[in-house]
Amino acid sequence: VSGPISQYFSGMDYLIALPIILLTLFALGILLIDLMLPTEWKWTNALVAFVGILFAAAGVWKIQSALGPRPFQFGFMNAVFMDRFAIFFFYLFLAGAALAIVMSVRYLEIERENHGEYYSLILFSVVGMMCMAAGYDVVLIFIGLELMAISTYVLVGFLRTDRRSNEASLKYLLLGAFSSGIFAYGLSLIYGLTGSTNLGIIAPRLTQLMGQNQNHANPVIVLALLATATGLLFKIAAVPFHQWAPDAYEGAPTSITAFMSVAVKAAAWAMLLRILLWGMFPLREVYVPFLIFVSVATMTAANFAALTQNNLKRLLAYSSIAHVGYMLLGLIALATAEFPSDAMFDGYKGILLYLMVYTFMNLGAFAVITSLRQRDVIGDEIDDIAGLYFRSPTEAVLMLIFLLSLAGIPPLAGFYGKYFIFLSLIESGHYILAALGVLYAVFGLYYYLRIANNMFMRPALDKERLPISLGMRFALGVTAFLTVYIGIFPEHFIRLVNWSVGMSSSPVASLIR
Amino acid sequence: MQSHILSIILFTPLAGAILLLFVPKENKNAIRWIANIFAVAGLFVSLPLVPWFWAQRAEPGFKFIEGAANNWIPSIGAGYVLGIDGISFLLIMLTTLLGWISILSSWTAIEERVKEYYVWFLVLQTGMLGVFMALDFFLFFVFWEAMLVPMYLLIGIWGGPRKLYAAIKFFLYTLFGSVLMLLGILFLYFHHHEITSIYTFSIPELYKTAPQIPFNYAIWLFLAFFLGFAIKVPMFPFHTWLPDAHVEAPTAGSVILAGVLLKMGTYGFVRFSLPFFPGVVTNPRVRGWMIGLSIVGIIYGALVSLMQKDMKKLVAYSSVSHLGFCTLGIFALNPAGLSGSVLQQINHGISTGALFLIVGVLYERRHTREIAEYGGISNVMPVYATITMIMFLSSMGLPLLNGFVGEFTILQGTFMESRAWAAWAVPGVILAAAYLLWLYQRVFFGTVTNPKNEKLHDLTPREVLLFVPLIAAAFWIGLYPKPFFEILEQPVNQIVQTVRPGYPSKDVNAAVPAPLTPAGSAVPVTEAGGNQ
Repeated sequence: VSGPISQYFSGMDYLIALPIILLTLFALGILLIDLMLPTEWKWTNALVAFVGILFAAAGVWKIQSALGPRPFQFGFMNAVFMDRFAIFFFYLFLAGAALAIVMSVRYLEIERENHGEYYSLILFSVVGMMCMAAGYDVVLIFIGLELMAISTYVLVGFLRTDRRSNEASLKYLLLGAFSSGIFAYGLSLIYGLTGSTNLGIIAPRLTQLMGQNQNHANPVIVLALLATATGLLFKIAAVPFHQWAPDAYEGAPTSITAFMSVAVKAAAWAMLLRILLWGMFPLREVYVPFLIFVSVATMTAANFAALTQNNLKRLLAYSSIAHVGYMLLGLIALATAEFPSDAMFDGYKGILLYLMVYTFMNLGAFAVITSLRQRDVIGDEIDDIAGLYFRSPTEAVLMLIFLLSLAGIPPLAGFYGKYFIFLSLIESGHYILAALGVLYAVFGLYYYLRIANNMFMRPALDKERLPISLGMRFALGVTAFLTVYIGIFPEHFIRLVNWSVGMSSSPVASLIR
Repeated sequence: MQSHILSIILFTPLAGAILLLFVPKENKNAIRWIANIFAVAGLFVSLPLVPWFWAQRAEPGFKFIEGAANNWIPSIGAGYVLGIDGISFLLIMLTTLLGWISILSSWTAIEERVKEYYVWFLVLQTGMLGVFMALDFFLFFVFWEAMLVPMYLLIGIWGGPRKLYAAIKFFLYTLFGSVLMLLGILFLYFHHHEITSIYTFSIPELYKTAPQIPFNYAIWLFLAFFLGFAIKVPMFPFHTWLPDAHVEAPTAGSVILAGVLLKMGTYGFVRFSLPFFPGVVTNPRVRGWMIGLSIVGIIYGALVSLMQKDMKKLVAYSSVSHLGFCTLGIFALNPAGLSGSVLQQINHGISTGALFLIVGVLYERRHTREIAEYGGISNVMPVYATITMIMFLSSMGLPLLNGFVGEFTILQGTFMESRAWAAWAVPGVILAAAYLLWLYQRVFFGTVTNPKNEKLHDLTPREVLLFVPLIAAAFWIGLYPKPFFEILEQPVNQIVQTVRPGYPSKDVNAAVPAPLTPAGSAVPVTEAGGNQ
């Protein structure tokens, strides 16, 4: 390599990195400013982080307008693949992080852990997520994953004096490192098989390999696929790789649980879709049966486990695992449908739309739980939410909206995610899976109603009115508005997802051609 | 005005609910007044529909259509489309009437959390009206599901001792049926696209393509829809949620539950199952099952009613029996059966609604519904006893009152198909007389045995006002049902012609060798169907 660097990197490359650079600068800035801030001014850290997210969002917008009608743009010598899929996820991560930040301020004050590192770690983890969503080279994806994961391990254990938080962090760290190892092992086998770490080269090489063997996968391919898929499924917390989730969710600070259950999960999904659809699509006949098993197991185990939970955070952890099961159904429809067909696009749209609406409704539900935390009440047991209606009627009604949306009752946002997924299953002929999916959705309603029953039909154990901070009001307002608005007027949001799928110019399309 | 009348009817209650949100909850009487004003307004805005509809009753198709297909969510082909025919017209009028009556009846019954109560009740009213008006399957489904939430809260918050259990059971049971129906809807939608390359949820459009679905698929779709509707009706073995929900619900909730909610199931059969799957419903075996389940429901519901010690539970089980007549009429698949069934749905709304109010009146005074607690009530509450007698007679089908006309027409329609079916259904009428008269005898006749009952005060003018429209309607339908049948003639004939083209010249049932011998269970029905 010789000559000026401009030979290899154009302005477009730097533009693609703009949101990442901005977030990093703001994260470092917070660390610096935090040293100078007296305790009562710590809330400015949150403000700086919020502004950083706004700047990053403007950066994403800049990329989006620079792309124009082009569906995608490679950057950094094909290591970054900036397409509408990535842009969609960028916005999603930023929205999740912004809402998590505004609901953290008062919570951290109550926990007496109001440090600048908290916000800067959130920003760093978003940087990692962006590398996962836009990465086209498995090395970049893996680095993004680790950056996100390590930031999250620390955030889970952020309540230094709380045993539960420490325990959760350690468990998450050990299991997460273990699964990353398996994932890296799978990727190295893929590299050995195909001689490349770039998804754009891996896919045709895999097609070739499959072709040489009469479309049967040889054992090494199966091993590579299983190891990779295990790593991916661990990160989205699908059964049987889900055990870390309830513990980590329960122990983590509630605002971080909220962040993990939406942004971190969305990033894991972006990575899973990138690798399974862009890199390993030629192996779909091999991995679909595996996915069917995982999806059914996930829906079954998570829904049954959620029934008996008395801790709200654990309950919502299991519910979020169950939602992964429904989303996997969309992936199954996508991967088994004929190409190109409406079933395929509906499955794809279903997953993206699901992740979008899930971000808002789940953040909303966690926001309510976060606000239950008070000086002397941890506020995450189902008894703590009893009689919430009498203590804070608005919050109780909003929580009901979030829960019904999670259960998929129309006309609320959560319904549309399920709608597209079940439609794609019908279109691709998976009638039994569709029936199983809807029945588990009914099943899920039971434990959401348990929470609703406690809020509305039990007297409050603590009669005091619940104080709700300004940031919390903002978070609740935004999430509730979107949950209802998407439910009643979903057209724009469906179009947004259509846009990000890119329809005819889909990268998936270009791949299989 | 005519072009937006349905939207106005639909959103009047919702507007009331939204207004109520801004009234402070301590101001109970203001809340009651506002809720009642909107309930009356809801009834009044629906009244102009009567002359307008009457003028175009014979025209084919849906009337007062509002909104265009795909105008709501164009990218999936869902539209905000409303429209009614004779069947939905009658059910809408019943809904607005019963909505007003139940809101008025709650004036003294609800003392706690008054504001929420009326908000949810008005939301419920909009949801139910939407189900009967929607001409878009997506919109229909949204109303169908959304309506469960306020009902769940009404039972769960203002219900009796086992309210939590009853509320969750109600919600889960009905949702269970409707999610499978959702899959059925999605299949119809997908199938329509396969044939026409157009994605639409428009019901009139789906009417054109759905009957082309081959039988081996259509039977499963029919079953998916059947589960959704049969649970709602409820047909015999899916009725177990009903007694719980009814017993625990507050009086007004029971009135709406029995009067309107159950009709959504029968409406679904008439509106969707029949015209969508004519090949399946005319299949002798399927039809045999449907008729068999209806007859079992009629007899079983009546027998269980006889045994009840709790008045409300008795009325609840009598609903199972009465709704059995409605489904029997539907699956008779001829004009008499169908129009009798729709009319009986209206009748059931009137008389069972009144029966729940009657039970509620006593409950409000004594806070018990045990039959054994009462006796000789006619001595202390003569007006009440008279009104009760009229409504009991109406419910058991005495000539000159509404129940008779409906049941008679249904039995006539059934008789035309098979004498045995009619013969098996008739005992239901006799049993209805038995359980109602026996109840009347135990509660009202004789001397006052329980000292607690001596001081009961008779109906207040407000309470009398509740019953006046119901009694008037009962007499009207009993004495002069002709206008109702005229309204129903066109839609019913259209459905019959879709299901059995050329009826009555070609009798689909001619192929069935022997009429059913249900023998109280569904098993012989299968044999009868399987014989051919």
